[in-house]
Amino acid sequence: MDQRSNWINTEKLQLQVNKIKLDEKMNIINIEHISKVYQVGTEQVHAIADISLKINKNEYVAIMGPSGSGKSTLMNMLGCLDTPSTGKYEFNGASVSQMSDNELAKIRNKEIGFVFQTFNLLARSDAIHNVELPLIYAGVTAAERRERAEQALIDVGLKDRMHHKPNELSGGQRQRVAVARAIVTKPSIILADEPTGNLDSKTGEEIMVLFNEIYEKGNTIILVTHEEYIAEHAARIIRIKDGLIEADVPVVNRYIPKLRVEVN
Amino acid sequence: MSRFALLSYEFKESMLIALRAIGSNKIRSSLTMLGIFIGVTVVVLMTTAIKGIDNSFQQGISSLGSDVLYVQKWAWFSGNDWWKMRNRRPITMEDFERFKDLVKLPLASSPTLAVQQSLKYQSRSVDNIFIDGSDQNYIQERNFAFDQGRFFTETESKSARNVIVLGSEIANDLFPLGNAMDNEIKVGPVTYKVIGILTKQGSFLLGDFNPDNMAFVPITTVFKYFSDKAHSSLTIQVRAKSTALLEDTKEETEEAFRKVRGLAYSQEDDFSINQQEGMIDNYNKVVGVIQIAGLFITGLSLFVGAIGIMNIMFVSVKERTKEIGLRKAIGAKKRTILAQFLLESSFICLVGGIAGLIAAILLSFVVNQFIPTSVQYGAVVIAILVSLITGLISGFAPAYTAAKMDPVEALRFE
Repeated sequence: MDQRSNWINTEKLQLQVNKIKLDEKMNIINIEHISKVYQVGTEQVHAIADISLKINKNEYVAIMGPSGSGKSTLMNMLGCLDTPSTGKYEFNGASVSQMSDNELAKIRNKEIGFVFQTFNLLARSDAIHNVELPLIYAGVTAAERRERAEQALIDVGLKDRMHHKPNELSGGQRQRVAVARAIVTKPSIILADEPTGNLDSKTGEEIMVLFNEIYEKGNTIILVTHEEYIAEHAARIIRIKDGLIEADVPVVNRYIPKLRVEVN
Repeated sequence: MSRFALLSYEFKESMLIALRAIGSNKIRSSLTMLGIFIGVTVVVLMTTAIKGIDNSFQQGISSLGSDVLYVQKWAWFSGNDWWKMRNRRPITMEDFERFKDLVKLPLASSPTLAVQQSLKYQSRSVDNIFIDGSDQNYIQERNFAFDQGRFFTETESKSARNVIVLGSEIANDLFPLGNAMDNEIKVGPVTYKVIGILTKQGSFLLGDFNPDNMAFVPITTVFKYFSDKAHSSLTIQVRAKSTALLEDTKEETEEAFRKVRGLAYSQEDDFSINQQEGMIDNYNKVVGVIQIAGLFITGLSLFVGAIGIMNIMFVSVKERTKEIGLRKAIGAKKRTILAQFLLESSFICLVGGIAGLIAAILLSFVVNQFIPTSVQYGAVVIAILVSLITGLISGFAPAYTAAKMDPVEALRFE
């Protein structure tokens, strides 16, 4: 055996070791052989062919892939916005595949914090109301809502911007509000779809600092991105191509952002 | 949380969200409200006007007395018998005199003959006034009350004295200072002395036959100055002792009058006995049609308002697709989204409806100067319910569209 095949073997071994380690812990996400088929006209499109995946508590996973790879479909699946055509999806031990729309809404509300590329804040509501929104759907009383939303905004460094409307905030600040909205329900996972896609690199880096802090507090983050540089902030990268997992590797030299600019 | 607490929590929060949405689109919301506002205003105004006219009619007709029969050449409501009635003999003073001796049941009976004349006092005059000529018993037929003076006596009637009783409007027109009593006025070319002024009745529908706009003189003077005794046909007013006795009185009247006219057993009546009841029946038919037509036409404007709401709600849902996607992504259930939009549309309708109601009530006071109106409290409740239901119905389709949106698609919407 030459050196190269040796190296591959080492990597495989490492993966094996990882896998065993993962199995020991509690899976938050357990996907087994899911597929998603869309009917486009007369043609059937396999957005996801066959994917199996486990994600554990306090993991920081990046999902990468070119457009059309099925990456977005997988993300929608993970976020319980969509259900697989076939296969099994368990979230915290509960079977998502068989859930009704209302049950899915409940899971999304309590267990998943979304961060979108385009922020998706309510334009006419101030920061604190935007952060309160998921708590409204969770049935939390007004007083508790306010308190928790304030804390979440403090956590993302927006103590002094609570009553600003989105158009009075910078792009980075808007995304911080969105992050606060994602963490305010104390979800099992935070699902971020290209969170830095609409930000300049410096502001994007600030958001990545924030994610790192959240991760280090023991949260689980799933990051969907097409930028290698952003993906390297995560501890594990899953590459998707043609509806299949092309690679699922730990990041050896994870990039840990140090920059912390007080934006206030 | 209990189920009820959860629902009331959701209702409250959805209401707040809906109010926020309305508040953030003030111009659009108020224009939409305007549609419902106008709809409710015209519907309520229409019902108050119809009811007002109705009240006024009922009041006017009751001044005619529900226990009075009118023996006349013509039937009030006739089908195709016009030619037959035209060829009837006129009812004469002699007929009346003979009739009076034959009947026992009536409280009173009196002959009347109306003429149209101008009344004049110094430089003031009123034209085309209906003047009822009658005898002293006429006062027992009508529920008249007097502001001043009295009705004419048997002597005055028999001896054809030139005395006149004025309706309140006429008295006002001729004598704005209120000094009508005992003054002499001209009826056509003839001088009459004012001996009584009636209390204002204020009924709107009777028009020229409203006692307010009429005058009353002895029938003997009418024959003397204005009317050819041979060719004019009288109305004989017969008042029953009570409404309970009306039917008996009617039978006796018919029998007696057939005798007066010398009709054989096989011959049809050559006169008609009219009564208020027939007028009310006929009136109710007409008003029923007006009511249905009026409500239909005004209801159309409410319908147009409802279409406006539906339209704007569809636009609003389309516009907020991304927001709906986000709300669903972070945990809004179908029913929460449905409630949000339904509450928005019903709130717009409710506010528009209540504003329309207030406007209609205010307007009805203005309209009341021209035609009588009467705000119906039932109509108030119905107007509010109708606007609420309009909101729910016209908001449902848009709200349902929003509720069943796929969050993935909605989030992708640009």
